[in-house]
Amino acid sequence: MSTPTQFQAAPMQGERRVRTISGNKGLQIEEPLIFEQGMKGRSGVDLPAVPQHKDRLGALKRKGEIGLPGLSEPQVVRHYTKLSQKNYAIDMGVYPLGSCTMKHNPRLNEKMARLPGIGDLHPMQPISTVQGALELIDQLAHWLKTLTNMPAVAMSPAAGAHGELCGIMTIRAALLARGDARKRILVPESAHGTNPATAAACGYEVDPVPADDRGRVDLAAFKAKLGPDVAGTMITNPNTCGLFENDIIDIADAIHGVGGYFYCDGANFNAIVGRVRPGDLGIDAMHINLHKTFSTPHGGGGPGSGPVVLSAALAPYAPVPYVVHGPNGFALVERGEQAFGRLKGFHGQMGMFVRALAYMMSHGSDGLRQASGDAVLNANYILAGLKDEMTPAFPGTCMHEALFNDEFLEGTDVTTLDFAKAMIDEGYHPMTMYFPLVVHGALLMEPTETESRDGLDRYVEVVKGLAKRAKAGDAAYFKGAPYHTPRRRLDETLAARQPVLRWKPEAPKKAAE
Amino acid sequence: MSEVRYSQEHEWVKLEGDTATIGITHYAQEQLGDVVFVDLPEVGKKVEKGKELATVESVKAASEVYAPLSGEVVEVNSTLSETPATVNEDALGAGWFAKLKVSDKSQFGSLMDEAAYKKYVEGLH
Repeated sequence: MSTPTQFQAAPMQGERRVRTISGNKGLQIEEPLIFEQGMKGRSGVDLPAVPQHKDRLGALKRKGEIGLPGLSEPQVVRHYTKLSQKNYAIDMGVYPLGSCTMKHNPRLNEKMARLPGIGDLHPMQPISTVQGALELIDQLAHWLKTLTNMPAVAMSPAAGAHGELCGIMTIRAALLARGDARKRILVPESAHGTNPATAAACGYEVDPVPADDRGRVDLAAFKAKLGPDVAGTMITNPNTCGLFENDIIDIADAIHGVGGYFYCDGANFNAIVGRVRPGDLGIDAMHINLHKTFSTPHGGGGPGSGPVVLSAALAPYAPVPYVVHGPNGFALVERGEQAFGRLKGFHGQMGMFVRALAYMMSHGSDGLRQASGDAVLNANYILAGLKDEMTPAFPGTCMHEALFNDEFLEGTDVTTLDFAKAMIDEGYHPMTMYFPLVVHGALLMEPTETESRDGLDRYVEVVKGLAKRAKAGDAAYFKGAPYHTPRRRLDETLAARQPVLRWKPEAPKKAAE
Repeated sequence: MSEVRYSQEHEWVKLEGDTATIGITHYAQEQLGDVVFVDLPEVGKKVEKGKELATVESVKAASEVYAPLSGEVVEVNSTLSETPATVNEDALGAGWFAKLKVSDKSQFGSLMDEAAYKKYVEGLH
């Protein structure tokens, strides 16, 4: 294992070991932290001398140096370019991170978001000058409501978990309005961690519901937990095992039967768009990750956006602001009589609204329906290609993601983590691992609809090859992986136990804060 | 003589008088992998059997540790905050989580003894 500052060439069996003088490997160039570069006094800009002035900062005046490195412009440009080249990105290849839906971000979306009439807007502009933007929000809201068959939508939540917060706060507001404070929220054990976290953050007790042998919510166990103190349930459909919750209508009826509400985690809506309308299933609230289902950038590429569709029972309690048609065109409602409040400054992630609407309009209803179908087809293609070498967690076909357990690695001494590290060497971002927690050593793969058949064939061939290699008894190879990365196996345990959160100069300078 | 019993959620309990020492089993620490953080309850907290007692976080996942018995927390193993690795190194000894003053000793009898727990773990594979 290499220490974080030590650079190692990758000695490979049967290959001549070639060490460079610099330690660089062709395009793989070592890059120190920006604070470790530069020189005092060097600068990318020629700043004029500070004019004579009376200092009125008093005790607030900085006592030490600011501690910024002295760098020229090319140094800064090269630094960040080199860092960006160490990144794996959806623009480079398959990104099979299950449950995250890393799909291609169409360039048309970007072009639309950069139109000056959209990109140069400011949220403080008078309403009369942003009618087009409000119309765009209204149109996106219309299509989200149409696709889900729900009567209302709160557009402001900034991401999936924020959408969950919005949904549960809306449910709580509706319950309090009828003077019925309740205590518990039922959450399946396979849920995204944000579900129980949201319920707990809203003051509810989280009551876990076990999964059955088919990887779905155990309906009998669910019903046994129901009672007059249950505020609602949070269920993901398709769930995190990549399976459709077949009993969803029974679940909805059961929760409504005790006066609770049904929150659906819509993180996997991308698998059913144009085919299933959540409103038809009895759902009261569901967030939609625009950065998953509607192809806006995801994971460092841009902010998320998580609008929440609401049933008629919950709609009055939706947060402000929202767009309405007024006598003078579009207007923003900033105060609602029953609204539970405001979740965010302004109206939501405008840039993501533009991209999501561009995606919808360029695909059309037939295209959206095809995208969800292809996402499911691609996942099943992977499942079928790998099922003989690996062990699917559940029998039968899957939805948009293929889930395996680590049974196929039993007795090989190779763990799911080792397997993932070996995938990095093959040029693939690893799949999601050890999630969902209900599956032992889980490997969760989501190719999305944007991968081609030949791309999937190559992927299957590589993953199958790794599985064969593990079973052939080559554990040492896996324990040493990755070999071809700028850094070898990182010590994740040490990083978690003793995180180094901030660079500090070696020789202590005086109060460089 | 003190006796150790086990819960289905992979906690162990050692009962001495009316004081129960609680930790997670060797199997549990093995499944979790390297433990990186332990969140312990406050002394004086009253816990109910089956409810959350502590949280343990590993490189793989964060999990709840449930109270196998009802009672009041009288002592916690605060060394775990600094050295969570103790849970991996000595789950059944130095890696204990908390001590409870047990309110209903009869609950202890409903937990599994060593042989039953061993059988239970084997059944999970």
